[in-house]
Amino acid sequence: MKCQQCEKPATFHITELTGPQPQELHLCETCAKTYLLQNEGGPPAVAPTLANVLAKQLKLGQAAEELAKLDQRACPKCGITFFEFRNQGRLGCPHDYEYFERELTPLIMNIHGEGKHVGKRPQREASQGGGTELIRLRRAMDEAIKKEDYELASKFRDQIRGLEQ
Amino acid sequence: MSGPKLDELANRCGEWLRGQGPQSEIVISSRIRLARNLGTFPFIRRCSETDRVAVDKTFRDAIASIPEWKGLIYVNVAGELSAIDRQFLVERQLISRELSEATGARSVFIDAQETFSLMINEEDHLRMQVMHSGLDLDAAWQQISQMDDWLDQRVSYAFHDRLGYLTACPTNVGTGMRVSVMLHLPALVITQQIEKVFRSLQKMGLAVRGLYGEGSQAMGDFYQISNQVTLGRSEVDLVKQVAEVIPVIIDYEQQSRAFLVKESRKDLHDRVSRAYGILCTAQTISSEETLHLLSSVRMGIYLGLIKDLEIPTINKLFIHTQPAHLQKLRGMNLDTAERNVERAHYLQDHLRRRQNGGLGQN
Repeated sequence: MKCQQCEKPATFHITELTGPQPQELHLCETCAKTYLLQNEGGPPAVAPTLANVLAKQLKLGQAAEELAKLDQRACPKCGITFFEFRNQGRLGCPHDYEYFERELTPLIMNIHGEGKHVGKRPQREASQGGGTELIRLRRAMDEAIKKEDYELASKFRDQIRGLEQ
Repeated sequence: MSGPKLDELANRCGEWLRGQGPQSEIVISSRIRLARNLGTFPFIRRCSETDRVAVDKTFRDAIASIPEWKGLIYVNVAGELSAIDRQFLVERQLISRELSEATGARSVFIDAQETFSLMINEEDHLRMQVMHSGLDLDAAWQQISQMDDWLDQRVSYAFHDRLGYLTACPTNVGTGMRVSVMLHLPALVITQQIEKVFRSLQKMGLAVRGLYGEGSQAMGDFYQISNQVTLGRSEVDLVKQVAEVIPVIIDYEQQSRAFLVKESRKDLHDRVSRAYGILCTAQTISSEETLHLLSSVRMGIYLGLIKDLEIPTINKLFIHTQPAHLQKLRGMNLDTAERNVERAHYLQDHLRRRQNGGLGQN
């Protein structure tokens, strides 16, 4: 099927529900980006919600039950659920890119047309494991504090201090 | 600390409106922004206030340890910064509206020449940006890459081997880089070719946005062109992607201006002269109307239809007639009606005085 706005193949099938009747659009990646970005209202400084809209599109490829299960999945480090990500268009922590890799990979391909970084790299060795573990420990410490379990909180704090060094 | 320093800035024009960079009659500024996050904290939306304070401190300590940055202006946006001061920084493009309106610990470091700023706890933990007057993307990239290196030596960025620099929104992942060029395109607007230009750019994977106003409505005829994709291409390639189209658009705008001069010189002259006349004599004038008229005058100067007035002066007026700037220059809060009067007086003062030697430099 061809894109409704140009000659390329249509890879995006968007059902617009904002008007009186549902409207079906079939667009190629570039025209879809244009279309979706045009529909973002609000002041220019607001970060693009393209990811948000595209995340909603994932729904089209999945049965409701499957999606409901997916929505429940929560990152073990920061606790964000896939549902929360879909609605905000923002991820919770660096580990989400690993934990939700299966869902994010097609999304990232749709946004960028590419899946692999070819640019600059940090000079230091990114200590990935230690890093995201700290995220989990900080959250655990916060929750312990909220529950007023200060003994548990201080255990976590010690672990955090240990990792930070 | 922020009050007096910001007041100093208020009297100046700032880098991006300096109006003296390459091709600055049509290219207002070149801007590059990099998004970075620390690897040991959640992204901003999942940060507790304790986290935000810790992120802020981590970057502040790192920045403080860089000798070249000793003279940076630090502004605690979350602190006692007034709404006017926040708006002032937004108007000067030193912080984003997002940083201004967010809650929780957040701050910005600004270089005294306003060529760069480092925002902490915006959509990502760190958003650094470099702005140069005119078309100057290569130099801007060199500068920001160096800044990135200095910080990289002191903090641990969230980075993924395959996906690159990790960002809160997947639309920024990879290089985390947004390259933008701001152009003044009044002739393309008058000749109704601006939509065609948009569509061509969008087909090339570039985003176009009006600077003021929403969507394609660009008050003041300022348009910003930027890359959309941030992953899969190197930073140098992304800069090239944007840099390559700019001469084409400049040419297009110049052709349109030449066309207008050739086909309707009298009308054009009348249009810019009337704009100039209103700006010089109005007793009350809105921000919108000012932008619209200044845009005409700016083009009129370029075409030699308005003499004894310079583009840098007009650039300065664009920024000083903005709401927060007016109030800071006046030294008091003003409501809309009062601002409209203040704006008119400011314009009269600065457009009429030119005959006595003018405003001169920033």
